[in-house]
Amino acid sequence: MTTPPQPYNTSGEPRLKLLNITKRYPSVVANDGVSLTVQPGSIHAVLGENGAGKSTLMKIIYGSVQADAGEIMWNGRQVSIANPAAARALGIGMVFQHFSLFETLTVVENIALALGGDFDLAALAERVRSVSERYGLPLDPQRLVHSLSVGERQRVEIVRCLLQNPQLLILDEPTSVLTPQAVKKLFETLRQLASEGVSILYISHKLDEIRALCDHATVMRGGRVTGETDPRAETSASLARMMIGRELPVCHAPVYHGDSAPVLAITGLSLEAEDAFGTRLSDISLTVHRGEVVGIAGISGNGQAELLAALSGERTSHKQAVLIADTPVGHLDAGKRRDLGLVFVPEERLGRGAVPAMTLADNALLTAHREGLVSKGLRRFDAARDFARRCIERFDVRCGGEGAAARSLSGGNLQKFIVGREIMLSPKVMVVAQPTWGVDVGASAFLRQTLLDLSRSGVGVLVISEELEELFEICDRIAVLAGGRLSEAVPRHTTDAEAIGLKMAGLFGDGAHTPEVAHA
Amino acid sequence: MLEPRPNPSRKMRLASPLIAIALTLFVGSILFIALHKSPLEAFHVFFIEPLSTANGWSELAIKAGPLILIAQGLAIGFRARIFNIGAEGQLIMGAICGGGIAIWLDGVDSAWVLPLMVLAGAIGGGLWGALPAWLKTRFNAEETLTTLMLSYVASFLLSWLVSSPWRDPGGMNFPQSVMFGDAALFSMLFEGMRVNTSIFIVIAAVLLFWVFVTKSFLAYQLTVGGQAPQAARYAGFSSRRTVWVSLVVSGVTAGLAGVGEVAGPIGQLNLNISPGYGYAAIIVAWIGRLHPLGIVLSGLLMALIYLGGEAAQVTLQLPAAITGLFQGMLLFFLLGCDVFIDYRLRRRKRKPRPVPSSGPETISAPATIMVPEPVGLPEPTAAPLRTASIQGERA
Amino acid sequence: MIEHLVPILVGTLGAATPLVLAGLGELVTEKSGVLNLGVEGMMLIGAVAGFACAVETGGGAGAGLIAGGIAGMVASLLFAVLVLSLAANQAAAGLALTIFGIGLSAFIGQGYVSFSLPGLKPWAIPGLSAIPVIGPIFFRQDFVVYLSFALFGLVWWVLARTRLGLLLRAVGESPESAHAIGFPVLAIRYGAVLFGGAMAGIAGAYLSCVYTPLWVQNMTAGRGWIAVALVVFATWKPLRLLLGAWLFGGVTILQLHAQGLGIAVPSQLLSALPYAATVVVLVLISRDRKLLQLNLPASLGKPFLPGS
Repeated sequence: MTTPPQPYNTSGEPRLKLLNITKRYPSVVANDGVSLTVQPGSIHAVLGENGAGKSTLMKIIYGSVQADAGEIMWNGRQVSIANPAAARALGIGMVFQHFSLFETLTVVENIALALGGDFDLAALAERVRSVSERYGLPLDPQRLVHSLSVGERQRVEIVRCLLQNPQLLILDEPTSVLTPQAVKKLFETLRQLASEGVSILYISHKLDEIRALCDHATVMRGGRVTGETDPRAETSASLARMMIGRELPVCHAPVYHGDSAPVLAITGLSLEAEDAFGTRLSDISLTVHRGEVVGIAGISGNGQAELLAALSGERTSHKQAVLIADTPVGHLDAGKRRDLGLVFVPEERLGRGAVPAMTLADNALLTAHREGLVSKGLRRFDAARDFARRCIERFDVRCGGEGAAARSLSGGNLQKFIVGREIMLSPKVMVVAQPTWGVDVGASAFLRQTLLDLSRSGVGVLVISEELEELFEICDRIAVLAGGRLSEAVPRHTTDAEAIGLKMAGLFGDGAHTPEVAHA
Repeated sequence: MLEPRPNPSRKMRLASPLIAIALTLFVGSILFIALHKSPLEAFHVFFIEPLSTANGWSELAIKAGPLILIAQGLAIGFRARIFNIGAEGQLIMGAICGGGIAIWLDGVDSAWVLPLMVLAGAIGGGLWGALPAWLKTRFNAEETLTTLMLSYVASFLLSWLVSSPWRDPGGMNFPQSVMFGDAALFSMLFEGMRVNTSIFIVIAAVLLFWVFVTKSFLAYQLTVGGQAPQAARYAGFSSRRTVWVSLVVSGVTAGLAGVGEVAGPIGQLNLNISPGYGYAAIIVAWIGRLHPLGIVLSGLLMALIYLGGEAAQVTLQLPAAITGLFQGMLLFFLLGCDVFIDYRLRRRKRKPRPVPSSGPETISAPATIMVPEPVGLPEPTAAPLRTASIQGERA
Repeated sequence: MIEHLVPILVGTLGAATPLVLAGLGELVTEKSGVLNLGVEGMMLIGAVAGFACAVETGGGAGAGLIAGGIAGMVASLLFAVLVLSLAANQAAAGLALTIFGIGLSAFIGQGYVSFSLPGLKPWAIPGLSAIPVIGPIFFRQDFVVYLSFALFGLVWWVLARTRLGLLLRAVGESPESAHAIGFPVLAIRYGAVLFGGAMAGIAGAYLSCVYTPLWVQNMTAGRGWIAVALVVFATWKPLRLLLGAWLFGGVTILQLHAQGLGIAVPSQLLSALPYAATVVVLVLISRDRKLLQLNLPASLGKPFLPGS
């Protein structure tokens, strides 16, 4: 049984007040004298790019991390939040960006773990059902989490918080896993909660969403608060300026006029999932031409990982399913495809794109060995070091030299190195997955411009990304991957976020049935 | 409070075995005191006395040879995180095959007998390594358990052979084969000492492995496969080849060591052809940092521990099992010290809650300033693909 | 035929008991995400400690079992500190524990080689033991066998029906998520490892104090490893583990009765049967990658450091 939360205090005190919070790590100051005030019933945005210190601040509020200095006031009283359980006891709930759910357990078991009290799964299941209905986030308590779509998993996270009657709900980048339609639904839920007096802290870097949803915004940069404003009165450009201190960089490239020479042709690609939790690919077809950038949009969990593996050669498929400039390569592994001119930049940098403990010179050898770094089966160490040095210089990789371990680089710099290494293989086709995930704005702009320049030099580029804005910025054509099926790739100027959103739900408009689309 | 190092510490990589040895000696001293022996005297018996005669050095070479040989092969696999712990069984199979040739050709006096035995031993050990390789590539069966189980099978096979079909009819019913004839034995190098020509096989192997490990591209591929299997797949390095090469190579070296023993100091097939060399070699490989030259040093050290244990039995009436005890302690301490290659200790003023990584946290440099140092927190490993394996990450 | 079979099956349960105990302990440990390959070493330490204690105190099997359990737990503590607090390589640390255990037990056991213990008499459960066939097999065993049944029940119930079991499974699947929610991941893993150590120690003490009540160097003869393999074979489910252990107990007993059953295979090759059988069952279960993946604790073997 749940009663909607009552506004806790009528005294006019703010729900949460942070005063001069400071948190230092060995190499960086994550939060430097941050002050923040959240009113009851307010939807309060915390805005900043990757690495501004937003996540750390939220962890401090949620008790996962202790601040080095500063005070926290809760409903007018000073409190110390020692751990997440204490935060929950106060009435603070958090929906993480990367879900803390357990896939082999059911929905109700997951929720039972986080809640204290009696271990009565049947009663809890009832409460889960009723709360989820009430807020427009329907859930079946007995389903195993691994069978849920990403959007549905987020619902579990949210319902888990709601069952504890929170007075403050923190959401960390919630919409990266939602279709545009699902985002609207989420906003309705949040507005309903706010009207009942719940305060909401909304962490995001998506300016349009913040302007549509939030009534107050705190802007952070480099660990400090650089601005407070009402986002409804701002434009995206003005918010961006507050966020990064300068104009948002824009990519420039000559218009693509169309080239009929295909460099990558995918025809009727079908593949069983290798993984018990994976997605089956059905009949995927797409052609990438010389000099063009094609994007594939889609929420994670719809077959992206399988498609990438099939393209890169990490998984083989039918011989004719994948062609590089008319040569069938479907049956070849990644090394042989590189020999034929297909390079690939994966989503996971450490552990897949690069070996974490090895130096950059050794990591160059990973794929660039065919560039004269190996002779008669023996390594040429000088050549490898030279290659790495050239890559570092050409692609502006900030690091401790070619002898630095890959894991010592920041995300953006490592990504630049990996992209650079692949470009230096003089490819015909480049496939990139999530090119700017976890990368700061400066490096993101550099990477997107690099991809554009690469394509205009005659290379076909295929980008798979969950960030729609990114795809609209650099792609000439956009297709959508949903439930293991691929929609037709349409020119960018003929479509928009709404239309893409519909396709993400599996509605390709071609009458065909899309099996089990993983969407919100 | 442990904190990851951005760059693995080269100093610790070299220092770790030395610190581990020191700690083992320290605990060993306490043990000796508890047994009412003087630590100094005990260490003298253990480490100095065995080397005080020329014969002692010969014995050292005899024990170090098989250890170094097996460890070289194991190290290749360990780099690739292929955990072959059945080298003992592969050694036994090598001995069986080589010894089998000796028994079959008993009485034949030809220069080809010994080379044939060596070849048979290599093949025998290699096949006993190939079997788990096949089971892994074809059936996904983890090699840790299969190689070990096959070790037991091999030792029972040996036991049966020397008790029944291959038993020496003139051997008074003891479970042992005939003594091998001169044509089936390695010749001694020096009068009165047991070190024999098989030492050249060991030396050749060390050189070969040194070139292979430090310079070959295949060794690089194996290492990548061990440290980051997804990266190996990404690069197109064949994981099947990794498994096969690792297990067959270590099987071959173990098999060679087996032949070396039965065609060397032992001179026949019986139940005691190895005092656990296959297992000790694992420690030798680890202490030697999986490096061909390091393995030579650690092999000599381990051989010394064996010799010392034998001497201590006689001179100090210490139980024989003391060798195994030291070996186990050494490995324990080594693993503990190895942690500090990738991590370091950080003292905190307050006791903060640890930070769970719920996403990448990179701090961007202000756009206009060139920063020479790597900027920002090193990023956590990204959300992994769900490739399950029973053994997962290794050091 | 039944007359031949019943004594074999009775003996099977006794032979299976060390596998059941050590296997349940390792199952719990692995459920929490920790791979402990040191079961053989812990069993040997438990065996020698139990035997030595029983001899020195004259307390018989009971004292031996308790001593064995404690010794196994202390041995596993060494391992736990290394892999949990220091985040060392779990596979190598387990192997180190085994090698150390073999050495330590041989070292301590040397002084006890000539001793023997009275063992334990079977305890017939009144009423139930009179049931034909099933009675003698299940209800006329020594009390450690009954203990193994009880522990099986306990482990199954905790894992399937309690919050603690849920927590254990959660930690084994994703320690990062568990930590983010605020659960004490390392404490839970310590508990699981120590439980595994205690069970392995008791299993070893059973061997040396009851099953063959003497001390012989390396007397576990690889049972610890078979227990680890059984956990995989059971896909981490307690009931399957129990059945698998009984199967292996049967194979072990078969060797002893082979002559009587007219099987003309040399005894050494029969001795190899349990080990060869282990390889076979591993292959059978590992073939189905998806089955393995659904049941494998996803974080098994991977080091976890809060804050890294």
